[in-house]
Amino acid sequence: MKEYDLVIIGGGPAGLAAAAAAHESGLRDILILERDNELGGILNQCIHNGFGLHTFKEELTGPEYAGRYIEKVQELDIPYKLNTMVLDLAADKTVTAMNRQDGLFQLHPKAVILAMGCRERPRGALNIPGYRPAGIFTAGTAQRLVNMEGYLPGRKVVILGSGDIGLIMARRMTLEGAKVQVVAELMPYSGGLKRNIVQCLDDYGIPLKLSHTVIDIQGKKRVEGITLAEVDGKGKPIPGTEEQYECDTLLLSCGLIPENELSRAAGVELSPVTSGPLVNESLETSIPGVFAAGNVLHVHDLVDYVSEEAGAAGRHAAEYIAAGCTEAEYRTLPVKCENGVRYTVPAAIRPDAAGDTITLRFRVGNVYKNKKIAVYAGDACIFSRKRPVLAPGEMETIQLKTGLLRDCPEAAGITVTLEEA
Amino acid sequence: MLDIVIIGAGVSGCAIARELSRYRAKVLVLERDEDVCCGTSKANSAIVHAGYDAAHGSLMAKLNVEGSRMMPALAKELDFSYEQNGSLVVMLDEADRPTLDALYQNGVANGVEGLRIVERDELLGMEPNISDEAIAALYAPTGAIVCPFGLTYAMAENAAKNGVEFRFDTEVTGISPIEGGWRLETSAGSLDTRVVINAAGLFADKLHNMVSDDVMTIIPRRGDYFLLDHSAAGHVHSTIFQLPGRYGKGVLIAPTVHGNILVGPTAIDMEDKESTATTQAGLDEVRTKSSLAVKNLPLRQTITSFAGLRAHEVRHEFFIGEVKPGFVDCAGIESPGLSSAPAVGKMVAGIVQGILGLAENPAFDPVRKGILDPKALDAEAHAALIRQNPAYGTVICRCETITEGEIIDAIRRTPGARSVDGVKRRTRAGMGRCQGGFCSPRVMEILARELGIDQSSVTKSGEGAGLIVGVNKDSI
Repeated sequence: MKEYDLVIIGGGPAGLAAAAAAHESGLRDILILERDNELGGILNQCIHNGFGLHTFKEELTGPEYAGRYIEKVQELDIPYKLNTMVLDLAADKTVTAMNRQDGLFQLHPKAVILAMGCRERPRGALNIPGYRPAGIFTAGTAQRLVNMEGYLPGRKVVILGSGDIGLIMARRMTLEGAKVQVVAELMPYSGGLKRNIVQCLDDYGIPLKLSHTVIDIQGKKRVEGITLAEVDGKGKPIPGTEEQYECDTLLLSCGLIPENELSRAAGVELSPVTSGPLVNESLETSIPGVFAAGNVLHVHDLVDYVSEEAGAAGRHAAEYIAAGCTEAEYRTLPVKCENGVRYTVPAAIRPDAAGDTITLRFRVGNVYKNKKIAVYAGDACIFSRKRPVLAPGEMETIQLKTGLLRDCPEAAGITVTLEEA
Repeated sequence: MLDIVIIGAGVSGCAIARELSRYRAKVLVLERDEDVCCGTSKANSAIVHAGYDAAHGSLMAKLNVEGSRMMPALAKELDFSYEQNGSLVVMLDEADRPTLDALYQNGVANGVEGLRIVERDELLGMEPNISDEAIAALYAPTGAIVCPFGLTYAMAENAAKNGVEFRFDTEVTGISPIEGGWRLETSAGSLDTRVVINAAGLFADKLHNMVSDDVMTIIPRRGDYFLLDHSAAGHVHSTIFQLPGRYGKGVLIAPTVHGNILVGPTAIDMEDKESTATTQAGLDEVRTKSSLAVKNLPLRQTITSFAGLRAHEVRHEFFIGEVKPGFVDCAGIESPGLSSAPAVGKMVAGIVQGILGLAENPAFDPVRKGILDPKALDAEAHAALIRQNPAYGTVICRCETITEGEIIDAIRRTPGARSVDGVKRRTRAGMGRCQGGFCSPRVMEILARELGIDQSSVTKSGEGAGLIVGVNKDSI
């Protein structure tokens, strides 16, 4: 088996953008491993539009957006293997994979980019009581059946969870002839983008019930109904608020989980908040030469940011290989999160290893109004921006000037916080 | 006329079928559901009890110990997952010492090998996560874990290989005596047979009461469970029980043969024999009780919760015997029914042999090979397998790394998988942490192709459990 300098695990938007950027940075020896039967990842089933507004300044569908990157990868002649499952990643970056053509094989790349994406939280993990009949699907599974195979998985639908895929599927199921009765959300706020609530629910008259959850599923063979109830501040159902819905389908959109089984096996340090790897400003994990980008790192709401982040990972991987796979010892500043900031990517910054600006992405844990995002290097404020609204469903992206960090040689760490505006 | 009809393709029915396939006879297994292993056999604690628990002198005790002894050799012969991990009945209160001692004595009287009481220090060495309250435990080295699906499919497949016929989606609605046997009315017409074996699990009372005035009452006793992800593996090594209370065996915490952790069950008496719905109260009860014997149990890593129903006969005993000429009961088979199954099969086959005086089946082959697990092969053999059959190179279920080759094997067997759940129970595709989110559409595709049906007719678990209701815009 031919060896490669860089192996990218995953041929979705992150893997594709990382490959293209690594190539553009001068690296030639790249291989993408994709487990599905085509490149593009989950974008292939996202046939709605709204992709690419930032990257291409136009509105594309998911397959169109993926297509731009697939064409690029093909133009650059970057090799890829489809239907190829990576079974193991070792701490020394040995990749064990298999497919029909090559059988079981191992690769020993100089660098690896993790771009495996994420999965949906299933019914079991939600502990919803009741029967376990046919008709309970995660929103993404239903999306695949409807958008890629043309099959309708149900006619009378209740959706639990207001994640973006759930909102998108509320509209899609409606357009395909199903009746979506209600979207229930356990939290007092939606986990999805505001624009999706407006365009997918409000425009179709689908009610969104915040602070509600499913407390029972009826139907022995196929779903026949569900019981919805309002929950208190602790998420516990409030007796007396039960409402019965007759339906044949329950779609779940209750959170996405970065798929890091390979990272964990390799010994990559993971964040308990994001379930993704802890990375530095170069998107490098705790294992030198192993980088991560996209939803495997932290769940994004816009693919444009996945591409941007993955591009950076691709460039850094190329630089790492060009530098002979060695890295100088740099001063490392851990990033601390305070006052509602749940996590940041990166989780640590090496000012002397960074370019002129550092992109910092994060999410907040609640809905906040009239706040100011503030970043401190030690005690010195190096960034401040007013935000009228911050919500858990919307990822925040800020750019830090590396020069300002370098001007604080005494600082032992960086703090990202929310303050009163 | 058939020689023998076995009603019910659960673990007991399949054990009986396999034992009877040693003889020359026309044997038919009737099952109301779409597959083998669809009732009590599919949702239980997946353990082989050592046999200290059942009351000394009972049939339960006898068959439990015998079944437990037969299981290791059977696992080799029929190639299903079985592991003697040992079991511990943990005492949390010194006041319960007499109960613990009594349990030990009962076990010794039942003939359970290797039983001993371990005190806290030794217990802690065996199970570092045992509760701080744990004082001592009854240790049974022959306690084991088993794949209940694997055991049931293995016996069914071996029975089929040796000539037993299986008929699914067929419910018995009436029984009447005829000359030299019985006439069965079923949802698919009537059948005549010399001997009827009632292995109908939860519904065994209904069949029994059709022929006997000695009324039998089987109560569906629900048990709610949590199944934890592989990431929780190693939290316990043995099967951990608390000293039994009034209902069953309380909540147990056990590793599974597939590297998960199983926590449960409750014991809630129901009326409906299909009421396998979990409830908030039931799940809460498991959650609360699970923290008694073991600490820091990572319930957050739950990948699914489910409920099963035990076929509890009000007298809490196995009822095995010929109740009318040619009508043999195998009823009241609740815990330790799974553990006892091999012995139950042997006993019932013995009774039938006594009635019919059957000749041996010279072609009987006791060996069955399970679905090939490529992960168990070394790298070279694994690579060779994919070269020889590339379907073993395509991973369908990412979470459990199940290939197309394994799924095709599961479908092509007799009796083979015909639904998404049938594939899942045979191969574990869809049984991992994403619970089929990614693989179920692909499993549907493979089922459709292999069974020669349209993908939209593929079901989750047979008739009425369709996954697809139409095509896009068909109602607009």
